[in-house]
Amino acid sequence: MTSARRSIAIGVLLLVAALVPLVAGDYYVNLLSQMMIAALLAASLNLLVGYAGLTSLGHASFLGVAAYSSAWLNLHSGLGPLASAPLALLGTLLVAAVFGWIALRASGLGFLMLTLALSQVLWGLAYRWVGVTEGDNGLRGLTRPQPLGLDLDSAAAFYWMALLVVTIALGLIALLVRSPFGAALRGTRDQPRRMSALGYDVWLIRWLTFVMAGFWAGVAGVLYIWYHQYIHPSSLSLQASAEVLLAVIAGGAGTLAGPVVGAVVVVFLKNFVSSYVERWNMLLGIVFLLIVLFLPEGLVPGVKRLLTRLRSGALRP
Amino acid sequence: MSIGRRQFIRAGGAAGGAALLAMPAITRAQSSTIRIGLMTVKTGPLASGGIDMERALVMYLKERNYMLAGRKVELFVGDSAGVPATARTKLQELVEKNKIHVMIGPLDAGSALAVDDYIRAQSLPTLSVAAAEDMTQRKPNPWFVRGTSTSSQCSHAMADYCTKTLKWKRMALIADDIAYGHEMLAGFQRVFEENGGRIVQKFFSPLAVPDYGTYLAQLKTNIDGIFLGFAGSNGFRYLRQFNEYGLSSKVAVVGGMTALDESVLRNMGDEALGILTACWYSAELANPLNKAFAANFRSEFKYDPGFYAAATYVEGAVLETALKSVDGRIEDKVAFMKALRATKAFTVRGPVAFDDHGNVVGDVFIRKVERKEGRLVNTVQYTYPSVSQFWTYPPAEFLKNPVYSRDYPPARNLEP
Repeated sequence: MTSARRSIAIGVLLLVAALVPLVAGDYYVNLLSQMMIAALLAASLNLLVGYAGLTSLGHASFLGVAAYSSAWLNLHSGLGPLASAPLALLGTLLVAAVFGWIALRASGLGFLMLTLALSQVLWGLAYRWVGVTEGDNGLRGLTRPQPLGLDLDSAAAFYWMALLVVTIALGLIALLVRSPFGAALRGTRDQPRRMSALGYDVWLIRWLTFVMAGFWAGVAGVLYIWYHQYIHPSSLSLQASAEVLLAVIAGGAGTLAGPVVGAVVVVFLKNFVSSYVERWNMLLGIVFLLIVLFLPEGLVPGVKRLLTRLRSGALRP
Repeated sequence: MSIGRRQFIRAGGAAGGAALLAMPAITRAQSSTIRIGLMTVKTGPLASGGIDMERALVMYLKERNYMLAGRKVELFVGDSAGVPATARTKLQELVEKNKIHVMIGPLDAGSALAVDDYIRAQSLPTLSVAAAEDMTQRKPNPWFVRGTSTSSQCSHAMADYCTKTLKWKRMALIADDIAYGHEMLAGFQRVFEENGGRIVQKFFSPLAVPDYGTYLAQLKTNIDGIFLGFAGSNGFRYLRQFNEYGLSSKVAVVGGMTALDESVLRNMGDEALGILTACWYSAELANPLNKAFAANFRSEFKYDPGFYAAATYVEGAVLETALKSVDGRIEDKVAFMKALRATKAFTVRGPVAFDDHGNVVGDVFIRKVERKEGRLVNTVQYTYPSVSQFWTYPPAEFLKNPVYSRDYPPARNLEP
């Protein structure tokens, strides 16, 4: 696809997305809002999994840190939800910086285990540090922000706000990936030793990526807490982290659209199909299995490959 | 027979659900059915109770041919999995997609607290099973009534019984580390200590703890007894390990309203015999409504109804009584809510009425596990009539204190 056609396609998609609340019921609008939050989280993890070649199994921690700190500030410091957001993001940035510093002592399986261990520490903290997190009861009694007097309590208003934030975030992630830094990042994924020999600081590039991935997950966390007005330790459990990873891999790691599509599929199964099928986890497993078997590179690249094959087949005399 | 009755019902339900989905949206919008949402738990440690909630409510509606106060009713079920965040998502779905008029549930206090502000925002009449204290106390939710009890409503009575009848002086307490457990133990502790007893140990174990070994190893044996404030199947799991550690001959056990619930009692053995618990219900209650209900439930599911089954059956009766008094006009939310709070109904638990805060005033029973006709049952030993959530304290004075929690009232007599 040429870049002009791509821009038109994205523009049309955004326009359609913006018009959805005018025709769809609240439930579906809210479902889409949740999909967008999940998509941003998956896109942030994709920076690590897809572009840096580092598989993290603890990415939900950053969503959790941002959501918990935003909620806590909102409840205990007198700051409004909007004012507590930058502080929450700063906190997340710091946590990501420290976690990255620890986890990047290894790569491959070691990195995976370290991220898993670190996320379990945070999860345990959320469960047991009852004085701050209220443990199993979760933090509640929160409000949504009212930027410029806009009331985000309605499903449609929140949706538009989320659409704006997520579009900007995804745009910035896309810019990053296409920048020289993004090229260097892919270099560290494919040829770390050669990159090193060329004078690139592989560790620094990976660490910066880790911090940025944490930051964007934090943005998703702030949207999450605004949306749900509630946070519980299960939001940063291993299952939550695994779901994001699943979304990235199912959609297609290392592509921009892949994680978005993956997140949409996961949220759809989890929130919509689960009302009809009690064992939706099993269904998710089967869907994932089918993707791995038939489209091992993920939904987006897989479908693209099939389309290309179909087109060239049709053109052949 | 290869297809059991239950499977058949489930298949029928699924087919019905599919048919409903296929029905064009227009007919659904025009029909004037009352849509009831049941928020329950069908997966996780609380599932045993949550499934009972659904079974009993379905039974109640089926017995009335899905007609309440002359209007057809339709039931939608949401499974929160016992996770408060999921409860929120599922309630949004029930309200926004299924357009329910009234919610019965949720099961656990954590979920109730998580959906509290959403219930207010949506003005959704709610008949709660969950016991979260403050929703009918310091922060009363105007859209909330509770026909079951608060967390401490029955533990107040149990503590009174322990001091006055059993003459106990020293006790240990254990419960799940959730709002329900905190509140139940707090209420027990307050009455027990005000009556002259001392709480020397207090434990909170995580809801999904795999093993109670560490808590059992710490337990003192120079006490009169231990109070179990568990929910779901945890009472059963704790008691089994308690027995394995050889503690059953050394320490007496009493329990809260869900610790030895009928839904888990059926899996227990002789170790449960003689244990006293306090609850607002027992399958052994002799009133005619309950005799019929317990017998029907037993013949359909092969075990006795307990706290959770009775909860939705009672809420069903409260809902029906209130609907009748407004001629089925549930759409007028304010009038319906007023009727709901003014409801006086005779239910399987006995007479039910509500206080100014929307919480039930009803009898609380001290029950003892006995073996009858080959199965374990909770036989009623003693009745505390018309117990309110405030126990014997004047409400105004009660409400001046902070809400019952992990730290309030402070446990001053703990021993290292």
